[in-house]
Amino acid sequence: MTCDEAEILLHALIDGELDAGHARAVEDHIAGCPRCAAQLHAYREMSKAVAGADLRYAAPPELRRRIEASLPQARAVPNRRAVLKGFAMGSAVSAIAATGLVAIILRSDDEARIESEVVSAHLRSLQAGHLTDVLSTDQHTVKPWFNGKLDVAPPVIDLTAQGFTLIGGRLDYVDTRPIGAIVYRRRAHVINLFVAQTASAEPRSARIDSIQGFNIRRWSVRGLNYWAVSDLAADELAEFGDKFEATMKSGTGTAG
Amino acid sequence: MPVKAANDDPEKARRFRDAALPHLDDVYTLARYLLRDAADAEDAVQECYLRALKHFDSYRGPAMKPWLFAILRNVCRAEYARRASSPTAPIDDVPDDAAQTPLWHEAQETPEAQMLHRWDSTTIGRLVAALAEPFRETLVLREIHDLSYREIADVVGAPVGTVMSRLARARAMLRSAWMAEEEQPK
Repeated sequence: MTCDEAEILLHALIDGELDAGHARAVEDHIAGCPRCAAQLHAYREMSKAVAGADLRYAAPPELRRRIEASLPQARAVPNRRAVLKGFAMGSAVSAIAATGLVAIILRSDDEARIESEVVSAHLRSLQAGHLTDVLSTDQHTVKPWFNGKLDVAPPVIDLTAQGFTLIGGRLDYVDTRPIGAIVYRRRAHVINLFVAQTASAEPRSARIDSIQGFNIRRWSVRGLNYWAVSDLAADELAEFGDKFEATMKSGTGTAG
Repeated sequence: MPVKAANDDPEKARRFRDAALPHLDDVYTLARYLLRDAADAEDAVQECYLRALKHFDSYRGPAMKPWLFAILRNVCRAEYARRASSPTAPIDDVPDDAAQTPLWHEAQETPEAQMLHRWDSTTIGRLVAALAEPFRETLVLREIHDLSYREIADVVGAPVGTVMSRLARARAMLRSAWMAEEEQPK
């Protein structure tokens, strides 16, 4: 084998694309050719450095939303409108309930998968700069920010007085659909509260699960599903959920 | 929503969404490297997904990602053509001598030259993005997207042998730029 041939084939060797016969031929040549051996070493190093570098881009959420919106609806749920209406009438946060965007209908049969996606979304949010799209401790700033981005209006409640500081909101993706996330903090712990429309209007009482060391408190009320995810201890996360629901019920936190 | 065309088949849309949307970041990344412009990349990716949905019925595999890449590449070609017709935005910055550059001249083997500087991701990304086509495309598909030679050949519509020689040249060019960067840190 000549150096010219080896010069091309050593890349295939690096990439594991050579069959055993060719691989041995290249290796034999390299064993007797310091120059090609140095080339192989240098290219291997460079290839490793490139593979180890973070050269990927994340698609902007707006692009994802545009593509989502251009797809036909996955399934028609006959009573979606009724659910929406019930929600709209039953809640003070209804003003923007229907914006004509893609509906988030989460099927109940793949709850486990969705819970794990919710945990993934929580993990993603903890990466630098991904936690909030709108950064504000003011519920009257965070809430309107969701307008036009979702077809539900997630209730944004300030629980600072109860020990959970509102720090902002974010548009996230769960089950390949846009979903609202409201972000709270308790000491050094972040709580992501994900809110999505539910296909069933039945209220469901809270349940706490644990996935990958994170606790999830899940409940449904007034046509919305809630997942609160945090590394907080289960009892503190339960306290968060209880206070959220209590404030919601009393109506004091939802005005605006 | 009224059903007006085959594209409105909700079951098909659901299957398409499950199969194609998980690759959105990959498709967007490739578009960024092919077009080197964020806004153009977004438009190309959206067009790519529209076309992919349209042709989803005829999709027979094997892998979704290379299939989407091939569609994206066709979309980008239209964008190249548009840029080519605009005198202010040259598409292809292949230097005239790129095709003739002998591989040997890329790097002199000195002990110093063998020490590879550890550039940060931003610098490496810039060096990759500065490569001329079709070498940039081949390198990105291999190093960033981890496609096999066969898959790259299918995406770019060229024989595997061509992919191999392009990749060899792409790495030689990248290494050369890598060294040059080393000599003159900004």
